[in-house]
Amino acid sequence: MRKVIDNLARALAPTALGLLVALALAGVLVRAWGGSPSEVYRLFLDGTWRSAYGVGQVLFKATPLALTGLSVALALHAGLLNVGAEGQLALGAFAMGLVGAHLPAATPALVAIPLCLAAGFLAGAAAGAVPGALRAYRGAHEVIVTIMLNFVILAKLSDWGQRFYLRESVHTAPIVAGAELGRASQWLPSMHGSALSAAGVVALVTCLCAWWFLERTPSGFRLRAVGLGPDAAEHAGVSVARTRLLAMTLAGGVAGLVGANAVLGYKRYYEEGFSGGVGFMGIAVALVGRNHPLGILVAALLFGTLAQGALAVNAVVPKELVDLLEGVIILAVAAASAVSSRELRLAARRDA
Amino acid sequence: MDFFAQGLRISVPYLLAALGGLLAERSGVINIALEGLLLVGAFAGAVAARESGSALIGIGAGVLAGVLLASIYGLAVIRLRADQIVCGVAVTLLASGATRFFLKLTYHSASNSPRIPALASSLPLLGATACICALVHFTLFYTRFGLRLRAAGEHPEALLAVGVGVAPLRWAGVLASGALAGLGGVWLAFDQHQFVANMSAGRGFVALAAMILGGWTPLGALAGCLLFGFAETLELRLSSSSLGLAPGTVQSIPYVLTILALALRPRGRAPRALGQPLD
Repeated sequence: MRKVIDNLARALAPTALGLLVALALAGVLVRAWGGSPSEVYRLFLDGTWRSAYGVGQVLFKATPLALTGLSVALALHAGLLNVGAEGQLALGAFAMGLVGAHLPAATPALVAIPLCLAAGFLAGAAAGAVPGALRAYRGAHEVIVTIMLNFVILAKLSDWGQRFYLRESVHTAPIVAGAELGRASQWLPSMHGSALSAAGVVALVTCLCAWWFLERTPSGFRLRAVGLGPDAAEHAGVSVARTRLLAMTLAGGVAGLVGANAVLGYKRYYEEGFSGGVGFMGIAVALVGRNHPLGILVAALLFGTLAQGALAVNAVVPKELVDLLEGVIILAVAAASAVSSRELRLAARRDA
Repeated sequence: MDFFAQGLRISVPYLLAALGGLLAERSGVINIALEGLLLVGAFAGAVAARESGSALIGIGAGVLAGVLLASIYGLAVIRLRADQIVCGVAVTLLASGATRFFLKLTYHSASNSPRIPALASSLPLLGATACICALVHFTLFYTRFGLRLRAAGEHPEALLAVGVGVAPLRWAGVLASGALAGLGGVWLAFDQHQFVANMSAGRGFVALAAMILGGWTPLGALAGCLLFGFAETLELRLSSSSLGLAPGTVQSIPYVLTILALALRPRGRAPRALGQPLD
C-alpha cells in the first residue's frame, strides 16, 4: 500500500508542479493583459466543472485528446515520437466523412458506425505506416518525417476536398443517419447544448483495448521491449524494424479514430481544419499521462478542461494564453520528471 | 536571374536556422525547438523594428529573443536533463502561443502585425549570412573551441577526462542556435514586411532536415538549404503559372523532398552522444 501511494505521488508530483507554474504564470500574464486573475479563474471554473453543460464540453474536448495522447503513447512505448497525429487524424476523419456520406441512406447503425470507424482507423494507419516504414527500413527520423507528412496530407486533403465539398464550403455532405453517434444530451437532458457524444465511449474503449494490448499480448510486450532497449530486443529475437512499423501503424490508426468525435458525433460532416491542433497536444497528454492508457484518460481530462476553460475566459483574456500555458506545462512536467527519475536512479545506486 | 535571387532570399532563414541547429547538435543537444526560435525571432524583430523605426534594433531584438527562448530550452535539457525532443516540441508550442498572445496584446490582431519598415536592400543580410556560414565552418573545424564543441557531441567523457566541462559547451551550442534562428526569424518578418501568426510554417523542421541531409556540416547544410530554398521558389513559380498541377501537390514539393532526402541519405553521421544528457 505504501508503495502504491509512493508511486502515485511520484507520478503526480511533476504534473502538480507543472500546473502550479502555469497557474502562477497565468496570473502574471492576465495582469499584463489588464484583467483580474481571480475573475479569470472564476470564469474558468464556471465554464468547465461547475455546470452539467461545462462538464459535457470538457468531456467533448477531452475525447480527441485521449485518442491522440494514446496515439503518441503507443509509438513512444516502441521508442518513437509520433508528431504526425495531426495529419493522421485529418486523413482518418476525411475517410470517415466520405464513407459516412456515401453509404445507402437506410444503412443501419450497427453496420454504418463500425464501417465509418474502420475507415478512419485504416486511413490513419496508412498515414502512420509511411513514417513507420521509413524509420524501420531506411532510418529516416520519424519526428521530421511525420511533421513533413502533416503538411503534405493537409495540402492534399484540400485538393481532394474540392471534389467532395458542398458548394462554397470546406465541408463534405452530411453523413447518413445510421452513421451518427448519439449525443449525450439524448440520455442526460441537463447536458443540453453540449457537443458530447458516444465518441467519448469510443475513446474510452480504445484506451482500455490499448492497455490490454500493451500489458497482456505478446505483440504488446515486444513493442515495449523494443522501446526499452532495441539492441536487447533484437538479440532476443524480436524484429525491431517490424515492431516499429507496427507501432507507428497502430499510432496512426488510433489517431484516425479522432474523427468519431467531430464527424460522427458533432458536426456530422468532415470539415477542413476541424482539429485545432489536438494532434500536437497528444504529445502533452501522453507525457502527463506517463504513457499509461489510464493515465492518458486523466491527462486528457486535464487538457480538455484547459481547452474548454480557454473558451470560457476568451472574452476577458485571449485564448492564445492557454496555448502558451500548455507549452509551459509540458516543459515543467518534462523537467520535473527528469529530475525525479534521476534522483531515483541515484538513490538506487546508493542502495546497491 | 530573378529566380536565382528569389531562391537565395528564401534559403536564408533555412540556412540560419540550420546552422544554429548544427551548433546545438554538434555539441550533443537535439534541437527540434528551431521552429519556435524562428517564430520568437520574427515576432520580436517585427515589434522592435516597428516601435523603434530602426531595422537594426529589430535585428538585435530578434536575436535576443531567440537567445532568451533558447536559454529556457537549455535550462530544461542541459541543466535539468529533460527529454530533448519533448522539450523542443514544448518550446515550439510555447513560442506559437506566446507570439500570438503578445500579438493580440500589442496590436489587437489574431493574425498579423502592421507593416514594418525593413532594410532598403536585403544584400547586407545576405552577405552576413554567407559570412556566418563561413564563420561556423571555420570555428567548428579550425579552432580549439570548435574541436571541444564537437567532442562534447561525440565523446563527452573524453572532455571530462581532460578536465573540460561539457555543460558550458552545450550551453554555447544551444544559445548560438537561439541567436542564429532568431536572426533567421527576423529575416522572415523583414522579407514579408510584417509578422504573421505562425509564419515560420515548418521552416525550422525543414532546416533541421537540411542539416541532417548535409551530414551535420555547415557546407552540407548550405547545400541542403539551397536545395530546399530553390525547391520552394520553384513551388511559388509553379503555383503562379499553370502547369495543370493541383495546388496541394505544388505546396507539398519541399516537404516531399525532405522526406525523400531523409529516406535516401547515406546513414550514420549523427554525433555519437546526440540527445544523451550527461550524468
